[in-house]
Amino acid sequence: MREMQSIKKVIGSIEFGILSPQEIRKMSAAEITVPDTYDDDGYPIEGGLMDKRLGVIDPGLRCETCGARYGECPGHFGHIELARPVIHVGFAKTIYRILESTCRECGRIKLTEEEIKDYMKKLELVGDRKKARDKLIREIHKKAKERMVCPHCGAPQFPLKFERPTIYWEVRKDELGNEYRHRMMPTEIRDRLERIPDRDLPLLGLHPEKSRPEWMVLTVLPVPPVTVRPSITLESGIRAEDDLTHKLVDILRINNRLKTNIEAGAPQLIIEDLWDLLQYHVTTYINNETSGVPPAKHKSGRPLKTLAQRLKGKEGRFRGNLSGKRVNFSARTVISPDPMISINEVGVPLAIAMELTVPEKVTEFNIEKLREMVLNGPEKYPGANYVIDPQGRRIKLMESNKEKMADMLDIGWTVERHLLDGDIVLFNRQPSLHRMSIMAHRVRVMPYKTFRLNLAVCPPYNADFDGDEMNLHVPQTEEAQAEARILMEVQNHIISPRYGGPIIGGIQDHISGGYLLTREGAYFTRSEVEQMLMFAGVDIDKLPEPDKVENGVEYWSGKTIFSLLLPEGLTIWYRNKLCDDPSKCEPLEKLIEEKLLPDPEEVKKLAYDGFVYIQNGKLLSGAIDKKAYGREDGKILDIIVREYGVERARQFLDQVTKLAIWVITHKGFTTAIDDEDLPEEAMDRIKEIIREAEERVNRLIEAYKAGELEPLPGKTLEETLESKIMAVLAEARDNAGKVAEQYLGMNNFAVIMAKTGARGKILNITQMAALLGQQSIRGKRLHRGYRGRVLSHFKPGDLGARARGFIVNSYKSGLTPQEYFFHAMGGREGLVDTAVRTAQSGYMQRRLINALQDLKVDYDGTVRDPTGIIVQFRYGEDGVDPMKSWQGKTVDVERVIVRSLLKLRAKR
Amino acid sequence: MAAKKGFNIFAHELVPEHRILSEEEKEELLKKYKIKISQLPQIKAKDPAVQALGAKPGDIIEIKRKSPTAGVYYYYRIVVED
Ligand SMILES: [Mg+2]
Ligand SMILES: [Zn+2]
Ligand SMILES: [Zn+2]
Repeated sequence: MREMQSIKKVIGSIEFGILSPQEIRKMSAAEITVPDTYDDDGYPIEGGLMDKRLGVIDPGLRCETCGARYGECPGHFGHIELARPVIHVGFAKTIYRILESTCRECGRIKLTEEEIKDYMKKLELVGDRKKARDKLIREIHKKAKERMVCPHCGAPQFPLKFERPTIYWEVRKDELGNEYRHRMMPTEIRDRLERIPDRDLPLLGLHPEKSRPEWMVLTVLPVPPVTVRPSITLESGIRAEDDLTHKLVDILRINNRLKTNIEAGAPQLIIEDLWDLLQYHVTTYINNETSGVPPAKHKSGRPLKTLAQRLKGKEGRFRGNLSGKRVNFSARTVISPDPMISINEVGVPLAIAMELTVPEKVTEFNIEKLREMVLNGPEKYPGANYVIDPQGRRIKLMESNKEKMADMLDIGWTVERHLLDGDIVLFNRQPSLHRMSIMAHRVRVMPYKTFRLNLAVCPPYNADFDGDEMNLHVPQTEEAQAEARILMEVQNHIISPRYGGPIIGGIQDHISGGYLLTREGAYFTRSEVEQMLMFAGVDIDKLPEPDKVENGVEYWSGKTIFSLLLPEGLTIWYRNKLCDDPSKCEPLEKLIEEKLLPDPEEVKKLAYDGFVYIQNGKLLSGAIDKKAYGREDGKILDIIVREYGVERARQFLDQVTKLAIWVITHKGFTTAIDDEDLPEEAMDRIKEIIREAEERVNRLIEAYKAGELEPLPGKTLEETLESKIMAVLAEARDNAGKVAEQYLGMNNFAVIMAKTGARGKILNITQMAALLGQQSIRGKRLHRGYRGRVLSHFKPGDLGARARGFIVNSYKSGLTPQEYFFHAMGGREGLVDTAVRTAQSGYMQRRLINALQDLKVDYDGTVRDPTGIIVQFRYGEDGVDPMKSWQGKTVDVERVIVRSLLKLRAKR
Repeated sequence: MAAKKGFNIFAHELVPEHRILSEEEKEELLKKYKIKISQLPQIKAKDPAVQALGAKPGDIIEIKRKSPTAGVYYYYRIVVED
């Protein structure tokens, strides 16, 4: 904490460029000349690579540049004066390109003044568009390198050859016209680069002030601070140096030898050898995976991890430490359900609550509470793990010092206290594909070891409880906590920005229970009503009048009870999923259309489970199903969010789910194999349907074989036959399903689930009770396997229904071995599809995120990239936030009209 | 280069209306969004619609599109060389 105070600055902008030799010397704290680290006593050698002016890593020493100790001194750069310049490998290709583009005599770019003017203009037009800019620079290079006579000074030019990694040749001609190759040493290259005038640099893709080309040839080498290449003391007490330090020792050793040889006037050949060796060491120091260069290795044979290796790859600085990093104040464990907590709460195990802390500033209002917590210490909940004094010193609380710290505690201190009920935390489940994957919850500290969450938030996280784990993060500042509270709490995400409807809502038993509660004829006694309302947490003073009294017993209808949860004044009507007979809805619809707010008694006479009518917060007709408060199409929930706010919607959802759960647990709800029992009469009818279908298929096959089948337009004869057979068989299954449906009514739990949308489809029931029907691969009947048949149990060429994957049995009656195999074939396709789809959509998602992550909506409503390039002139063309939209549309005009009419009526 | 004889791309229902902005309109647009020319979306000079209009690099094209969300939506693109 303390060291941070000395360097509190805000980054305004970042510019990338090449360090000039002057800059390297200016930022250097010391010139390094000695190719060694520590002396025999283990003390840093002056002028060596661990020089104390570069910072210290030994706890006892002080930095000679800033005077600070280990951990406080950030470290300082040093430098090495190279005896001879060397190429920076990272720029080797760029250097080649620049040399090719410029004159070997005068250094100008080999373009005519006219071309220069032209390209400058184009460059301006291109602006910050990287792709277009790179293309233009490439084009300029191509044009300039072709010029064999300088357009400025008229000097003849020679072609250049580049030999990886750092060797350049000039293909010259002698007086006789014979070609010969001249090796250009870094000194010569540097001279040529120096001659290039500043004004030509933009055309080479360089910024004259930030990156002069000659800086790509190193004359001075920066030595990174000791703190970025600390030595490690092994258990055996031996010091192991960092790979970078090893490499720098090599560079210094050769550099010194080269220097003495030059000073001693050694032969050119020896000097060039040493020079090349220095080049090798500097090259591998920068990138030890340069192609064409044998990597420098440790004594053990392990390749050294040098500068480029620190940055590159998944565990490199960028992907491993900047794009993604490890964080503190986070927890992860298995999740399990808890229907009793609110949707915006999360159950946190006590053990985690005692590990995670929130820094709370001590004020006169909370000092007593915090003192108590400090006194409790780290091992007694609710306690604290650290205190921070006004000087910013962080003191760990222990059993031994907690009394003393509690005593010293005063206003101005900060206490890192245990997590308490009501603290705001972020809750997350991978893969975090949309923004609802991280939402803010309020803490409920609980026993046991799992995170608990309300079932209604399973859909946004896509969570279930078969072993899923989730992450939890504790925001540490008031700003972060406030942001999380305002923007990220669960209730703010009930409406999904994906389709402008609720993504959080009742699921499964919430729906079934809602139906059991509100269907026609559902009545409850006083004791039941009192219990369920208490369970749901509905706070009312007095029950409404009972709906009926029978034999002196009072009864309330489920609709009356449900109405207690609805906001006052809510009026809405819609046809729900249970409406299978529109003629039963029409009279009510007409009545409402005529009178808008018809007499409740009149409505009750027409009441139909398939048509919901809520008048002023009273459910008068219709049963609750998925369309009421389910995800995706929960109309009532949707309206409450929009017209009564998210907090009211949260309360409604909390209460209604609990109410439904009470009803379903007390009324009893189960589905078993007898839910698929059909009377013999029904089974006979189904058998007859199958028999008829098979017969029709056989007739089609015979017609085909006799050549009497008329091909459908655009199809071959075979395709015609196939599609006709498929149609016949599909119809057969549908008819069989309808028969099954006729015999299974709303007293059947499986049917209740299917019809209300709680779980499953009618098709699933059909497949269990009647027959599975046609199995298919890629939309075709099964046909692959043996020659002319799928299985050897059939005759070759058999095109009949059963030979091509039509399953006449149901899950309940049991499949024949052949049918079982067909089913496995069809099932395999589904598995492969999901596997392929997740892989493909994952890749697509990554590409989209990479392309779109930096776009933002500006205050003027435009969508721009970080450089200000406009992508859309108005966000989404209409400027509408999809989360605030109505099913993606700006407004729900009909609802606006209805509300206006209702308001008008209320005034009258 | 004029459009091919007998075929007017703007008559096709999938091709939105294109229009070259006048100098004043150009000025106004850049001022309205506080942008440089280089921050506009681009359209290539060889684009059939640009060729049919006879627009040159540096011109700004206004495209009037039908939008499922907003009804009508105007988009502006700067003509650039290919
Ligand atoms: Mg799971
Ligand atoms: Zn220092
Ligand atoms: Zn020249």
